[in-house]
Amino acid sequence: MVGVRANKAHRDERFALIVLVTCSGIFVVAIALILGFLAFSGTRLFFHDHVSPFEFLFSTNWDGLGGHFGAAPFIVGSLIATGFAILVGGPLGVAIGVFFSELAPKRVADAMKPAIEVLVGIPSVVYGWLGLTVLVPLIGSIFHTGGDGLLAAGIVLSIMILPTVISLSEDALRVVPDSMREGSAALGATRWETISRVLVPSAKSGLAVAVILGIARAIGETLAVQLVLGNAPVFVTSLLRPASALTSEIVMDMGDAPDGTAFQHALFSMAFLLLLIAMGLILLIRFALRKRT
Amino acid sequence: MIQTPDATSLHDKMNVVDLDVFYGNFQAIKKGNLAVPDHRVMALIGPSGCGKSTFIRALNRMHDLTPGARVEGTITLDGTDIYAPDIDPVTVRHRIGMVFQRPNPFPKSIFENVVYGPKIHGEKNAKRLLEIAEKSLRAAALWDEVKDRLNRSALDLSGGQQQRLCIARVLAVEPEVILMDEPASALDPIATSKIEDLIGELKKKYTVIIVTHSMQQAARISDFTTFFLLGELIEVGTTSDIFTRPKDKRTEDYITGRYG
Ligand SMILES: Nc1ncnc2c1ncn2[C@@H]1O[C@H](COP(=O)(O)OP(=O)(O)OP(=O)(O)O)[C@@H](O)[C@H]1O
Ligand SMILES: [Mg+2]
Repeated sequence: MVGVRANKAHRDERFALIVLVTCSGIFVVAIALILGFLAFSGTRLFFHDHVSPFEFLFSTNWDGLGGHFGAAPFIVGSLIATGFAILVGGPLGVAIGVFFSELAPKRVADAMKPAIEVLVGIPSVVYGWLGLTVLVPLIGSIFHTGGDGLLAAGIVLSIMILPTVISLSEDALRVVPDSMREGSAALGATRWETISRVLVPSAKSGLAVAVILGIARAIGETLAVQLVLGNAPVFVTSLLRPASALTSEIVMDMGDAPDGTAFQHALFSMAFLLLLIAMGLILLIRFALRKRT
Repeated sequence: MIQTPDATSLHDKMNVVDLDVFYGNFQAIKKGNLAVPDHRVMALIGPSGCGKSTFIRALNRMHDLTPGARVEGTITLDGTDIYAPDIDPVTVRHRIGMVFQRPNPFPKSIFENVVYGPKIHGEKNAKRLLEIAEKSLRAAALWDEVKDRLNRSALDLSGGQQQRLCIARVLAVEPEVILMDEPASALDPIATSKIEDLIGELKKKYTVIIVTHSMQQAARISDFTTFFLLGELIEVGTTSDIFTRPKDKRTEDYITGRYG
């Protein structure tokens, strides 16, 4: 009897293991295929059409139909818009997350939590639309310009990543055990000292994930950026002038680039580059955290 | 009010008068009165759930951190009411340190753990901080075990070492009173006896109040003992009196093992 039961348990375990291994196997293969496809298509511009990577990365001359593939305006546009969002939305989001987790009255924090989680799920077109109808005219009237440009895109992206960063930072701090708060308080630390010297360092990998996911959302964002950026394929000279980003430019040009042409390959290169930038930023943050411990 | 016998010649470091502690509507401590003699070890004993932790946490205003906890009555340190409106709880906790049941080192290096308190209280001099670290770790009988790896993470230490590190961390801020809530309950017998020896040393410089589940431990290390039952302080006396000739029937029942 016992032997039979043990056997059955053993079989169930084997079965569960096979299912898990199969699922993760499929996942890994799918990811590898996507990466492989992007890497292949993204480098055809250089290997097949013999455009120099140097031109692609540093030239500002973009004329897909005329055979000029300088993507520098979009690369810089994407980096500025994303950088703006990280520098503004990142710290602000973490600060608000800390506030809700540590300082706000529990009732307020509990009421805000679902509200913020709803904001995370709002489609980006809504942020873009609000940006276009409210923010762009506002910037325009303050600076006497058209209003669209990288400043508008940076602000829209900052606001868009805020709920993600707030919500995840708050979670990261809440899982720090109360024994840390008590241990610090019992040594005569103020609430602020406890937060800055114990809680934030204890939660730092969780906080890094919050910021990384914010970055991931910002760098890949297309619609919201496209709506407020003005979409001029020219090199950035001012945050207040129409510009373009990698994501928005791919969408703008997609319809005009026939299959198999260098133009289409250039768009693939831009998609591949987006992936590399995102990965680079994430590795950078992981590395910065590693070094500090 | 319960008087501490033999304490007439001793200065009272802390005085608790008519202490009530509530969690919401639940009253966990009922009209608690206790005089804590200076430079002695006071043990708090009693069955699980009788309010020992609740009581000791009132002594350094730890309940300020617990939502829903309410403290009424008077607690004085050298005659000053620590709950008076003009008293900053942060300065109270600076003078009254606390060691918890589970070792709770910060996820930092051993060194950073020890100098955490001195640093937040304004000590910046690196040489001075190193001196404080060595002195505190020596006093906590941990120096020899960690002196070569002060920059390693405190989380790599064993449980007993972590608890002595937490004691060193408290000593580094030079409090006057040290509260310990079952500091050895998560430790093995060898680590426990190290902590017990340490407590014997500590009373030379500090007033120690310790919660313990073990009556043998209370008998070994304390000068005075308070017996708790269901939120009440039933009896206070010298440890030898409490264990050999308790006045209250309930104390006797507990000592002789009738409460489990
Ligand atoms: N945060 C809290 N909220 C509500 N009730 C609590 C809280 N902490 C403790 N209590 C209750 O207060 C009473 C006393 O608890 P306390 O932790 O002080 O007991 P204790 O004597 O330390 O027990 P133990 O020996 O098990 O540690 C118990 O009935 C407990 O359930
Ligand atoms: Mg307890």
